[in-house]
Amino acid sequence: MTLTATPAPRRVLVRLGPLAVPLRVRSILVASVVVAVVLVLGIVSLGVGTYVVAPDAVVRTLLGAGETMDRVVIVEWRLPRTLAAITLGALLAVAGALFQTVTRNPLASPDILGLSNGAFTGMLIALVLVSSSWQSLTVGALIGGVATAVVIWVLSYRGGIQGFRLIVIGIGVAAMLASFNTWMLLQIELETAMFASAWGTGTLNAVTAGSLGGALLSAAPFVLVATVLGPSLRQLDLGDDVAAASGARPNLARGIALVVGVALVAAATSVAGPIAFVSLAAPQVARFVARTPHLSLGLSAVFGAVILLASDMVAQHLLPVALPVGVVTVSVGGAYLVLMIVLEIRRRA
Amino acid sequence: MPEDTSARLLAQGVTLSYDRVEVVSDLTVSIPPGSFTVIVGPNACGKSTLLRGLSWLLAPTSGRIVLDGAAISSYPAKEVARRLGLLPQSAIAPDGITVADLVGRGRYPHQSLLRQWSDADAKAVDEAMAATGTTDLRDRPVDALSGGQRQRVWVAMALAQETELLLLDEPTTYLDIAHQVELMELFAELNARGRTIVAVLHDLNHAARYASHIVAMRGGRIVAEGAPGDVITSERVEEVFGLANVVIEDPVTGGPLVVPLRGSSSAAASA
Amino acid sequence: MTALTGVESPPARPPVRRSRRGAALSVVVAALIVAVALSLMIGANPLSPQVVWATLRGEGSTETTYIVIGLRIPRTVAGLVAGAALGVAGALTQAFTRNPLADPGILGVNAGAALAVALGVALLGLRDISALVWLALAGAFVVTIAVYLIGSSGRGAADPLRLTLAGVALGAVFSGITTGMTLSNPDAFDSMRSWNAGSLLGRGFDVIMPVLPFIAIGLALAFLVGPAMNALALGDDVARAQGADVRRIRVAVIVSTTLLAGAATALVGPIAFVGLMIPHVVRWTFGVDQRTIIALSALLAPVLVLLSDVLGRVVIAPAEVPVGIVTAFVGAPVLIVLARRKRASAL
Repeated sequence: MTLTATPAPRRVLVRLGPLAVPLRVRSILVASVVVAVVLVLGIVSLGVGTYVVAPDAVVRTLLGAGETMDRVVIVEWRLPRTLAAITLGALLAVAGALFQTVTRNPLASPDILGLSNGAFTGMLIALVLVSSSWQSLTVGALIGGVATAVVIWVLSYRGGIQGFRLIVIGIGVAAMLASFNTWMLLQIELETAMFASAWGTGTLNAVTAGSLGGALLSAAPFVLVATVLGPSLRQLDLGDDVAAASGARPNLARGIALVVGVALVAAATSVAGPIAFVSLAAPQVARFVARTPHLSLGLSAVFGAVILLASDMVAQHLLPVALPVGVVTVSVGGAYLVLMIVLEIRRRA
Repeated sequence: MPEDTSARLLAQGVTLSYDRVEVVSDLTVSIPPGSFTVIVGPNACGKSTLLRGLSWLLAPTSGRIVLDGAAISSYPAKEVARRLGLLPQSAIAPDGITVADLVGRGRYPHQSLLRQWSDADAKAVDEAMAATGTTDLRDRPVDALSGGQRQRVWVAMALAQETELLLLDEPTTYLDIAHQVELMELFAELNARGRTIVAVLHDLNHAARYASHIVAMRGGRIVAEGAPGDVITSERVEEVFGLANVVIEDPVTGGPLVVPLRGSSSAAASA
Repeated sequence: MTALTGVESPPARPPVRRSRRGAALSVVVAALIVAVALSLMIGANPLSPQVVWATLRGEGSTETTYIVIGLRIPRTVAGLVAGAALGVAGALTQAFTRNPLADPGILGVNAGAALAVALGVALLGLRDISALVWLALAGAFVVTIAVYLIGSSGRGAADPLRLTLAGVALGAVFSGITTGMTLSNPDAFDSMRSWNAGSLLGRGFDVIMPVLPFIAIGLALAFLVGPAMNALALGDDVARAQGADVRRIRVAVIVSTTLLAGAATALVGPIAFVGLMIPHVVRWTFGVDQRTIIALSALLAPVLVLLSDVLGRVVIAPAEVPVGIVTAFVGAPVLIVLARRKRASAL
């Protein structure tokens, strides 16, 4: 692999075989730091709990040579959850970056567009009509989320998808679903309602290696597509006309990006329920910290991973009562946004 | 229909509409290769629409566009972008992007997923910036530039695309006169070096000065076409623009120079 | 006529438009009257118009008096008051943020009120809406002040975009805290899930009176600031050139919106969609004059609220669907249909 400095001083050109990709130095640094943080946090999260394992023991166990009890606790019990936090956070962040690029609106996210509400509706219907088993809830959520996406798509399609119309219709559909959900929550028993609500905020409590593996497998091809889409989405930033004039085919790119975004959210939601705010906040935080003019899928992914992992650790260990991770992501995500706003105002003033 | 096979770009019986309203009707025009073609006409005559049609940004509801002898729809999008560059009126500069980055985006049609940057790209960007006089601005954020500087950066981006055909939609609007002339001289030089240029211009006298071929439009149709000396006559200008005028000889170039008469109605022309 | 006045009669267009607008206005007023009438007549015990009229004149039986005077009049008044407040708040918010998706809750009003109510229920054991209404008001105001401080830290004089983002961000933080609290406390959860639905049920004059002054002040401010909003709509620079004090106008708008939205939410809980939808409909029917939009939103929004409330009483009688749930089902389809129109204007 060779690195060549290009004329613009803050970039390096990474050459690896046929691959030649220009990367910003700052982005590489930021990504490396965040990945390091993820690894450290991951090791810590595997070690804490009622049965504490020292960090070096954690590492040894992960590499295959640890005590049996350690192995059971770490690999069987805790690893799926930690891996889930990392991977699902990344998936949600990428989906958010895709939505925000396509609608050119930093407030766009699957949450706002009603997909989470739809997943919740599906889950509620499954809960009431079928059973409270995790499988039925997961399937219900998946169907609800995807069905909502399809409905919004169909309603917004008028010879192409226009960002503004998509958002308005998304909000309309979201509102109806939210009302329906509020209504359902009023009708069912208190205990069931609390259970449903906890799921509805997003929780990693019931993650299993199986469910996580399945979700990641189904998400993998979409992640690949998202990577391929990257350059054409960057052209979209310049406006439809310039994008089309450079051969980027805006309508097609947008359509594919939306489909991928929905698929990634569906995969994450099927495992953990609708986790709010990671999709919204991670891409913006990534953009802000790395100072890129566009939303970067890779950077969003690593920031999503660290946000969700940190939130889950807080939700599990630092709060007086163990709460669903979704509660923390909403609060933390909101706090991040506030910080960003204040800092950006200070910077511009 | 007999094809002008020497033309690289031509429209045949093309109808272009927005929201089912026909803006350009059954229009045929061919762009002479190596020419500096300027499309002129009053507001809403369809000249921008024609440009968008020629560049395939807007698909015609009837008729076809031919590029290098084949229907433009038969080429993959990136291939069209390698042969034909368009600078549209509506361009968005992402927040915080630097000049060098923005000009680099023009290289998109020459890049692939694996090869996202190469020496050829760097060279093209450098040359484009040198040609537009924006080399000194390369690390500045685009949104911190003045209107004139920004426009030159957009032109640089279009140049970096390295196409033999360059379509420009009102590239000199919002520029002061010095910058307007500077840009027009740049286009003339590019034209002299072999690029075919098609520009929509508001300023008739710029068109008269720099164009080798003029297309005058009104109401979605071509009213006149030809060399500036033939097209830009007092009667024609009045017919196309509804403006009473007199055409004199440009003291610098010897070509036509349009001078509007005082008073708005053509009935007052004799005054 | 020309001969009498000696002046040329005005061109044909404006009178035609004026009469079409006049017709639309009469429709709105009529709709409002019908909505009020329906609200008094319909319910678990449907009463005929004659009975209602008799009761209002003081000639009803104890039962009908209790129903009409004791239950339905307060409820109707609450709907009128909250509706007008939400409609006007929505009109102001959309004009202020120049964002057609803006909703009065965008400055965090709903989240603040909800958190305060949740705190009241969880920590103070309060259950009664008349006690909670003060908390909700306080919560709404505190959050908006915080949002304003955050969004204005710096040179920007209450820049709408910053405020919107700050409102969304802070709203999220508070809603997260609220959810966290309610999920660990079944009583709180139970109360919150009722409050969250937004309802006119049980809103007697004991809760209406406390919020009335705030709504009145808010409405007065809104009408006063209406003409200035027209100037602002043309852009800050043009507005300043016309002599408008942009900063003061913005502060007035924020204060008015907070009073209106905060008081409405404190009174009836969060009712979705009214503030979002009504200003659009008014604008598409009556044009872009902000004074008209504000005035007519005040008239049309209560129609939506009351009709939704009536619908909620009917749909699963004798039980009720809370009005906050019905408004989205009534409003969203209208919004979607309108958004699909080719010329759906961004603002």
